[in-house]
Amino acid sequence: MKEPDQGDRVSETGGVDRPATFAPSRKQVGKTATVPGSLLALGVLLWEWATKVVRSQSHPPRPDSANPIAGCAECAEKAKRGAKPSEVLEVEPVSHEQIGTFLVVCAFLVALAGGIGFLITYWTGGSNLLLGATVALFFGGLGMALILWSHLLTLNRQVEEPREQMQPPPHEREAAVEDFQAGANQVHRRGLLKWMIAGASGTFAAMFLTMFRSLGQSPDSTIYSTVWKRGQRLMTSEGKPVSVNMLVPGSTVIVFPEDSIGSEKAQTVLLRVDEALLQLPSDRTGWAPNGNLAFSRVCTHAGCAVGMYETTTHQLMCPCHQSTFDVLRGAVPSGGPADRALPQLPLYADADGVLRAGGGFSDIPGPGYWGMP
Amino acid sequence: MIGFLARTVDNRLRASKFLRSAINHVFPDHWSFMLGEIALYSFAILVATGVFLALFFDGSSAKVIYHGSYGPLRGVEMDKALESVIHISFDVPAGLLIRQIHHWAANIFIGAILVHQARIFFTAAFRKPRELNWVVGMTLLVLAMVNGYLGYSICGDLLSGAGMRIGYSILLSVPVIGPWITFLFMGGTVPVDATIPRMFALHVFLVPALITVLIAVHLGIIWRQMHTNYPGPHRTNKTIVGSRLWPSYTLKSLGLFLLIFAVIAALGGLVQIDPVWVYGPYNPVAILPGAQPDWYLGWVEGAMRLFPGVHIASSGKLWVPEVFFPAVLFPAGLFLLLYLYPFLDELFTFDAREHHVLRLPSEQPFNTAFGCGLLALLVVLEFAGGDDVVALAGDLSVVEIRAILRVLVFVLPVITWAISYALCRRARRRRQERQKAAELEALGDAGSTSEVMEPQA
Repeated sequence: MKEPDQGDRVSETGGVDRPATFAPSRKQVGKTATVPGSLLALGVLLWEWATKVVRSQSHPPRPDSANPIAGCAECAEKAKRGAKPSEVLEVEPVSHEQIGTFLVVCAFLVALAGGIGFLITYWTGGSNLLLGATVALFFGGLGMALILWSHLLTLNRQVEEPREQMQPPPHEREAAVEDFQAGANQVHRRGLLKWMIAGASGTFAAMFLTMFRSLGQSPDSTIYSTVWKRGQRLMTSEGKPVSVNMLVPGSTVIVFPEDSIGSEKAQTVLLRVDEALLQLPSDRTGWAPNGNLAFSRVCTHAGCAVGMYETTTHQLMCPCHQSTFDVLRGAVPSGGPADRALPQLPLYADADGVLRAGGGFSDIPGPGYWGMP
Repeated sequence: MIGFLARTVDNRLRASKFLRSAINHVFPDHWSFMLGEIALYSFAILVATGVFLALFFDGSSAKVIYHGSYGPLRGVEMDKALESVIHISFDVPAGLLIRQIHHWAANIFIGAILVHQARIFFTAAFRKPRELNWVVGMTLLVLAMVNGYLGYSICGDLLSGAGMRIGYSILLSVPVIGPWITFLFMGGTVPVDATIPRMFALHVFLVPALITVLIAVHLGIIWRQMHTNYPGPHRTNKTIVGSRLWPSYTLKSLGLFLLIFAVIAALGGLVQIDPVWVYGPYNPVAILPGAQPDWYLGWVEGAMRLFPGVHIASSGKLWVPEVFFPAVLFPAGLFLLLYLYPFLDELFTFDAREHHVLRLPSEQPFNTAFGCGLLALLVVLEFAGGDDVVALAGDLSVVEIRAILRVLVFVLPVITWAISYALCRRARRRRQERQKAAELEALGDAGSTSEVMEPQA
């Protein structure tokens, strides 16, 4: 890229001095080539070369009609009407008139084929696959047509124009401030009215905020409950009670309180482990009859279902963020992002050997929040 | 006919003056200035397809038994929302196409915003007077991500249900107001019937309206301030170089719109996305191993997986739960930093002048290195967001992957920062040396001439 000398520039306001300069060659003056543009140009050059080989003759660019700038009466007219003072840095001549038209027509034809294909596909109940492909063909052809048109058949002029600075000159701003102040003084003088406006705004804010009450319950109504109550039987999702010997050590089952089967918040995982391995805190003795342990199945981290159990290491794992909980020590967090234990459900076996809740969860189940007890 | 209409309007609005300045508006020619347009046009596609979908979608959590034409789910209980999505996918002619175009367009919308923003960042186009538009653009990014999340969350399938539960936990973790804003947005402890209608209203009314207004503001500011120029001959702070709006730019831009529509339509027709019927209805007890959010939220998910378990509790009460730090504090801090970046740049370069010529990445080693480091961080977090999938692919345990990623999340950004900083410095030094050499050469020529000239003087 080289700096252009003055002779290469055309001033729009002053009419055109040297139109002949622009006709045959592409001048790269201060122009940043675009990637699609250069690909396109490459394609066109290849095409031209191919046609040259075939016809053994090149088609010379038409001298005048291909270059609308020539004899620019329009420019002189513009100058008379006070056009913007701008400079044309570069003109890409329209030198591909015939091939350009041909390519644009081809692209339009592709679009038409796609569109008709879409209509046929739609009315014959064709698949979404074909519908998508034909729509893509339609818009792709149309888009290519416009872009080819722009690159090959319109005059791409690089122009340079003065740019307005965004910071206003001081006098402009001062004039605006003055006018505003003049108006503001009239408002300021009426102090009572100002208070009225403030009062109305405040009232409106109160009215607006009040409407949020319609959105329903406040958090404390449901968030603090633990769902399980003492004496409730543990039920599987099929509604069957669980007896103390139903599980073999190393296996698990999802259980619910008998009155809310399927409840998201009450979902509990019942596991059985070898009693000798248990290392529960001393205040939880008797919570695990025959090695049956129950923990909230809602992760304390982000509320996912703690759905995986590693039998050999006795770890419960949450599939969402891979927090692990050590079952033997009361589901305390043993790895990953969770930092609070899964609440444990105290269990006891009744006279028939059916497992029942010995009370609510040891803590509120689910993800944490401000002020959670 | 067109002339008649134009005259009719012009006689009543005196619009010719504005129209003339509009068709003569100068737009610089550079492919990177098209990135924002890709985002704009994707949004147009989102609105058009969204209206079509809204005619069929039923944003309700009422339970129904599915009886539609998709065999495997017949007789299964699900939300009306999911039933309507499956209805759109299987029974509405071209419904699946439009739905998949909508989802793909959302991905491309957000992706284009990100790439566009990276272009702005790495060329320092955010400098005065364009800080304003940087702030508007950042807000558009946030809104686009939020609306993407809302969009895939209202479908009522297993994946969106999992996302909703995590979103609920994140909102809940905000100190002091957490439970209140959660109940405000979600209507109770998720899953609850109020959530989907609420999110649906936000997804189709409030957020798109905000996005539309902000896009208008964004374009208005661009029109007023005009585009920047890459450095080059004739490109100064007082000039703009490019081609006029009419006709070449108009044709190109319209062509770009149509091509983007073509690409998105091809994706929507040929590449499956969000097959809700495969996931099945949401069931709080069921789990979906290997579940990830859409990619633009993957880095938050990754932060949640990597961040060590820390919470703040005292006197038997929990105050700040674990998820607050990686899922609220970290993204909020990051976005705050990015929002303020133009002003910090101004502050640290002691440069509050207007700039209309871009700064190349190699001319601003610190910014470039910061941007690259940030991208490295996001990439590591994105991997962490799918660490279970990475573990499966690499035949490693999740614990091992997590240990590796916890190191990489600090090391890789720093290394990237250092390398890109050094590369920029070297490029800058080389250019300066070349310039100096050229100057010396010119001086040498001038010197020899003057030597010849001197005796004569």
